[in-house]
Parts: sequence; C-alpha cells; structure tokens
Amino acid sequence: MSIKANTRKVEGVNIIDLSGRITIGEGTVILRDAVRALQQKNERHILLNLAEVSYIDSSGIGELVSSFTTSRNQGGKLRLLHLTKKVHDLLSITKLLTVFEVFDDEAKAIQSFRS
Amino acid sequence: MESKESRVELRILSSLEYTDLVENITGNLTLLAGCNTDQIYFIQMAVREIVTNAIQHGNRFDINKAVSILYEFDRGRFEVHVWDQGDGFDLSHLPDPCDPANLLKSSGRGIFLVRSFMDDFSLIRIPWRGTEVRFVKKLAAS
Repeated sequence: MSIKANTRKVEGVNIIDLSGRITIGEGTVILRDAVRALQQKNERHILLNLAEVSYIDSSGIGELVSSFTTSRNQGGKLRLLHLTKKVHDLLSITKLLTVFEVFDDEAKAIQSFRS
Repeated sequence: MESKESRVELRILSSLEYTDLVENITGNLTLLAGCNTDQIYFIQMAVREIVTNAIQHGNRFDINKAVSILYEFDRGRFEVHVWDQGDGFDLSHLPDPCDPANLLKSSGRGIFLVRSFMDDFSLIRIPWRGTEVRFVKKLAAS
C-alpha cells in the first residue's frame, strides 16, 4: 500500500494528513503533488501530519526535505506533526531534526505559524 | 528450528515494482530466522534500500539487467548479499548526508541508513560485472 494524502485547512494552516508508506515511486509522488498543489495556490503554511505513516524510506525522507526547501524558497513554512517513533528515529539519525520543526500537538503546531 | 544455516537466492529484473515483493520475502525469511520486531524492520529496510539502489543507480532501470539477492541466516546472524550488473561506484566518494552542507539534499541517505542499522557492511566493485553489497545483522545479542 502506498500513501493517501488528505488536505484540510485550520486557522489558515494547511494540514496534509498522510497515511500509509512514503516510499520511492508512487508514495513520494503523492506527497510531492499534495505539497505542490498548495504551493501553486500560494498557500505558505503547510503542516504534514505523519501520525498514520507506517514506513518511510530514504526517498521518502528526501521528499520531505525537498518539500521543506521548495516551501522555504517560496517564503513559506513547512513543519511536521505527530512523528511515529520509527520516523522520529530516522530523522534523528540523519540529523534532520535540526532542520525540521516538529510538533506533537496540532494546536501548538498551528499556533507556531503565527509567530 | 536447528541452528543450521539456511540459504535462499532470489533474482529480479531491474524494476521498482519488485521491491514490495522482495520486502515481503525478506520479512518471511527474517521470521524463519527468529528475528524480533525491530530486527525485522531494520533488515527489511536495509534490503529495500540496497535493492532499490541496485535497480536505480546500479542497473539504471535496464530491464535486461538483473539484481540478485542471497540470504544466509541462522539463529545468530542474518546476512544478505545484493549484486547488480551496473558500472559500480566508489563508496569513499559518497558524501556524508549528515554534513551540514548536505543536510538539505534530497538524496544520498540510503546507504548511510543501512550502515547505521547493520552490524557489518561492505561494498565491492567487481570489474566488468557490477557491484556486490553485503550486510549482516547479528541476532543473538538482542
């Protein structure tokens, strides 16, 4: 199974709820398309909810980084919400927790975009 | 199960559509070896990363080239060899993905992750034949 991406907007922040596996091929394409669809509408505040992401490979990690950089280059912010332990460990070992802002609480994550 | 060594060989075409199948077979073999949940996750991840590398960077999606996988395991260790038929590359030339200059690159983390989670890792370029990647997860201690 690949991933599903559903986008909702809460208090001006676009939350993409991802579920499934973010792996090379279909998984990374679905993530990329969901993020780009928002960026093309000039939506600058994006929160990726990874609570239901069961697996991510190195290409999936690369896609998270790519989404982050394209967002930043357009003057936007992309942050992460609800990492599973395994995804957290992967981002930790690759030092990407120093890059991403990560939240465990949706309300606090939404609040962070106001600062 | 006795602690005698088991050997399983697998050969696939250079297409990413086989990576899920390889992952599932790997999962079944790790169960046979008596791996715990974390070991299964790490071994499946390692096999998936290296096989994807072999298809993508080794054989460059050439459907006429194969990727071969050999599993050797007993109750003490799970060892995997992956061969591609590409031009090969020098491991020492791989950039460190954790270097601040590389943190925002969108690729280059696969082998790093495998090396991080396996107990032994080697990559050998075989002139005119491709690349062999070998990695081992020790099972007894955990």
